[in-house]
Amino acid sequence: MNGARQKLLDFVIAQADDAMVLGQRLSEWCSNAPYLEEDLALTNVALDYVGRAKMFYEYASKLEAGKRSADDIAFLRDGRDFRNLLIMELPIGDFAFSMARQFLVDVFNLEYMALLQQSSDAEVAAIAGKAVKESRYHLRRSHEWVLRLGDGTEESHARMQKGLDELWGYIDELFVNTDAEVALIKEGVAIDRALLRDSWSNQVEAVLQEATLSKPGVEWTVTGGRQGIHTEHFGHMLAEMQFLQRAYPGLEW
Amino acid sequence: MADYRMNEAELEKVFQDRIDDEQKIEPKDWMPDTYRKNLIRQMSQHAHSEVIGMQPEGNWITRAPSLRRKMILLAKVQDEAGHGLYIYSAAETLGISREEMVQALHDGKAKYASIFNYPSLTWADVGAIGWLVDGAAIVNQITLQRTSYGPYARAMVRVCKEESFHQRQGYESLLVLASGSKEQQQMAQDALNRWWWPSLMMFGPHDAESAHSAQSMKWKIKRKSNDELRQAFVDQTVPQAQYLGLTIPDPKLKWNEERGHYDFGEIDWDEFYRVINGNGLCNRQRIVHHRRAHDNGAWVREAVEAYDEKQKARKQQAA
Ligand SMILES: [Fe+2]
Ligand SMILES: [Fe+2]
Repeated sequence: MNGARQKLLDFVIAQADDAMVLGQRLSEWCSNAPYLEEDLALTNVALDYVGRAKMFYEYASKLEAGKRSADDIAFLRDGRDFRNLLIMELPIGDFAFSMARQFLVDVFNLEYMALLQQSSDAEVAAIAGKAVKESRYHLRRSHEWVLRLGDGTEESHARMQKGLDELWGYIDELFVNTDAEVALIKEGVAIDRALLRDSWSNQVEAVLQEATLSKPGVEWTVTGGRQGIHTEHFGHMLAEMQFLQRAYPGLEW
Repeated sequence: MADYRMNEAELEKVFQDRIDDEQKIEPKDWMPDTYRKNLIRQMSQHAHSEVIGMQPEGNWITRAPSLRRKMILLAKVQDEAGHGLYIYSAAETLGISREEMVQALHDGKAKYASIFNYPSLTWADVGAIGWLVDGAAIVNQITLQRTSYGPYARAMVRVCKEESFHQRQGYESLLVLASGSKEQQQMAQDALNRWWWPSLMMFGPHDAESAHSAQSMKWKIKRKSNDELRQAFVDQTVPQAQYLGLTIPDPKLKWNEERGHYDFGEIDWDEFYRVINGNGLCNRQRIVHHRRAHDNGAWVREAVEAYDEKQKARKQQAA
């Protein structure tokens, strides 16, 4: 595989991993949500993310000329080869933590995917086009939850603030371009993440203010997901997710 | 005429005439108290079954073996939550709140389909549940599309469409296993062995022993008897099992030319009552799980109420 194609593959797999890992985490809410309506909605959002992951993995498989299938890429790599952002893989925590994560990620994704629709790579642009519509709905929901929980009771406010505080150190990573991305940005394939920071901050801060929440003080920040350096939680998530493919290798399901 | 009030017996006569005439009873119509209670019991049990059923299937979402299967399962479980919602809403038209119904579930006063007290142990169970449990549910629910209570009948029309989709997807997933590796075939057969009899039990006791059946039939809440429905399910499912190349765990199962139906063995009624009465593997787990989710969500529901109050106050102040 030539260098340019390898970079595109790396980029596409990272996109897929982001969606896969968040979708996997969200699906853990099924039958555990505070309302039946939320069981339904969270499963629905999880489904969007797994669907998005599937499209990116299928494209990755195509870029590899079918050397691995989409499922192979998802289910047969170990953690060190996963390239998702760390924020996606954190355990679901309580409902406030999960909704805070969705909100922070949704604000990013909506803008990111909207720009990615203009990608010079037609397949990437098409997947982004579908993702934008989903993210618009996701953000409507998570935005609403930040308001309700932030400006709800003392307890919900405290939980939402705690969720934000715990997540804040993972935010920088959203705006860091990988080497592959830097090259692809020049070709008009990828979007410069760094450019989204101001707009993201403005939108998030406005909502936090409305929700009577405070912007967490930035005292720590971690990165690593794009290099395959994950949290210790991640291996457990993969062990569960990949169990059948690992226990019964090489089969159709 | 204006001052004339019908007495209870006359009202009941009019009510029964409407039912006999295949008219639908609507929420605002007069209905006997026992009709209302009977429906609340059946509909809340149905809604709880949709919701509790999310647990054994949800048990495999995080372990689904492919992206496609994960999506199918997520979509299915999402549908089941939707079914729970429509049926709870339909039941609420009878003057009971969802909160009260859930409380009755937690207190052990309301039931859910006893089949969900069995554990889902392997991936093949997900296929078997779709094929057999949704399959049995459809046989029952198709007749409920004509049930006498309007909101329930209409909810069933919507639910049935999705259930038959689930049934086909479950079957298709078992077909892949049944034509797969030796281990997968064993997994499929094992799932059929464990889910077959509980599926037949879903139709309830024999007609002669069924506590609510006769009255429910007269009121057309039920349209077909337990035994009729069970027979229909067996008849439709046996050829499907044959096509899979799997063996139904019933040595007495045999086509009866004369009857034009399959004969089948007797259900182990001791097991049926044992599980219904709380001694299934998962009875306690299902309720503990539901209650835990409910309790863990209490602060969220309080927050929503508080937020709505604040919003209302702000609007009033602005106005
Ligand atoms: Fe259902
Ligand atoms: Fe179903």
